[in-house]
Amino acid sequence: MRKLFGWAVLGIIVVATVFPFWWMIRTALTPAADLLTDNAGLLPREPTLINFERVLGLTSEAEARAAGGSGAHIDFARYILNSIIYCTLIATFQTLFCAMAGYAFARLRFPGRDLMFAVIISALMVPPIFTLLPNFVLVKDLGLINTMAGMVAPTLLMTPFAVFFLRQFFLSLPRDVEEAAILDGNGPWGIFWRIALPMSRGPLITIGLTTIVWAWKDFLWPLLVGRGEDNRLVTVALGVFLQQSPNTQPDWTGLMAASTLSVVPVAILLIFMGKRLVQSLNFTGSK
Amino acid sequence: MSSTKQRDDRRAAWWFLAPVLTGFAVFYGYPAIRGAWYSVTDYTMLNTPAFVGADNYDKLVHDSQFWRSLLVTIWYVVLNIGSQTVLALLVAALMHRLTRSVLLRATLLLPWLVPNVTVGLLWMWLLDTNLGFVNHLLTALGVGPVGFLTDATLAMPSIAAINTWAYTGYTALLLYAGMLQIPQYLYEGASIDGAGEWRMFRSITLPLLRPILALVLVVSLIGSFQIFDTIAVTTQGDPAGATRVLYYFIYQQAFSYFQMGYASAAAVFLALILGILTAVQLRLLRASTSDLT
Repeated sequence: MRKLFGWAVLGIIVVATVFPFWWMIRTALTPAADLLTDNAGLLPREPTLINFERVLGLTSEAEARAAGGSGAHIDFARYILNSIIYCTLIATFQTLFCAMAGYAFARLRFPGRDLMFAVIISALMVPPIFTLLPNFVLVKDLGLINTMAGMVAPTLLMTPFAVFFLRQFFLSLPRDVEEAAILDGNGPWGIFWRIALPMSRGPLITIGLTTIVWAWKDFLWPLLVGRGEDNRLVTVALGVFLQQSPNTQPDWTGLMAASTLSVVPVAILLIFMGKRLVQSLNFTGSK
Repeated sequence: MSSTKQRDDRRAAWWFLAPVLTGFAVFYGYPAIRGAWYSVTDYTMLNTPAFVGADNYDKLVHDSQFWRSLLVTIWYVVLNIGSQTVLALLVAALMHRLTRSVLLRATLLLPWLVPNVTVGLLWMWLLDTNLGFVNHLLTALGVGPVGFLTDATLAMPSIAAINTWAYTGYTALLLYAGMLQIPQYLYEGASIDGAGEWRMFRSITLPLLRPILALVLVVSLIGSFQIFDTIAVTTQGDPAGATRVLYYFIYQQAFSYFQMGYASAAAVFLALILGILTAVQLRLLRASTSDLT
């Protein structure tokens, strides 16, 4: 009986979690003209794919306008591709570089090591907005506004958290394997590539996945630096799309189609990497 | 032997560290110094910054908009952290006692994986005064349409609720992971002694979870203080500044009015709050770690 009650509460929470997504997809499948009259059922009376077609830039301007759009050029296929490039670049390089640094801080001996590490870690306390303003000026002065290079620059090389996290992990690796490798004539590079990295698949995937999710959600920085059509990310494009709404009433069917598209890649990630993702939370949460 | 090893390490270390040190110097260290410098200048992004002493800070202290934005931020943090932590504890405790299902955990994680911008749009639509689903429901129940995001008193609680929806699952999973570390036999023993679920939660789960709970609170608090995306999409600080949180205030000063110097001073202030918060909470955390043994 008590168990039943517990399950009922969990059930309500699951419905509350999933229903907004259902309503998003449902709205995306509704013709814009029906929005006022057809808004009660769980499924639209006359489902249509036109909203997806128009936000993917597959329709002519006139067709998009007829279906409720503003007529401005929109191509979410492009924005999603941009976001995927953004995530891949940042996740790959940041993870690799931070693993190298984490390993050096954990295992190599050199003067100033602990001081350098402490300085990097102290940056954890500095909120992003503080460095955001000067970084924007810097990227602007370098002429990198509206380029992918400018967008990825601040996070491509490192984040203090990734260095901290991976150093913690390398500290916990047993030393004997590495010592055996030294006796076999391996230098620091050999040990890092052949021993340490292969032993750290779990934490590397954790950091990589966390970075991908973070980059996928990133909004303010790409909004400032990458508003231009060519490199516009999904999040920025959604904001621009909302602002383009011609009337007082936003183009909801189009916006929900675009929102659905922004969820698809992470939903796919969740389907294939769900177990890993869920476990990675365990990892970051308890260490 | 040992001296040659040390020399080898030193040279290798520079190669290992080169990318991270470059990234740190260029995009963390240098801008931190530059940000502090801007905060004592009249920089507008178009002029050459000139030193103005404490003028920006003086103006900040006397700016009622700034104090309002601080209050609004704190109001948001209280609402959001309060509801999110309680709900997440409930969900985590229920999962802990009922199921290990990965499917359930993955489902609860979904809102966190979605960009805040999408979350904002989604709820803006659900809460829309004329056509939104929630207002259809309320109208059917006889309660008139409610302007959740347009009413000055309701706007901030609505945004807090939206972000509670987005982050409860994630927070619950972190707490759940902590609960899994609590030995099962404690519950079995208590159960034999006739303790109920609520009693077990209060005297076993909660005390033993404290270190993790503290850690999760730090992370949520720091995140909550930096709310921006949801507000930028839904209300843009309106109605009449009711949702103009600190982050949005700084953003507006910098990129709508080009008051880089002034915005930097406000950012220094926010950085101080967050820095102190982090330090205090980390200390609390360290003090309570011994509980878990």
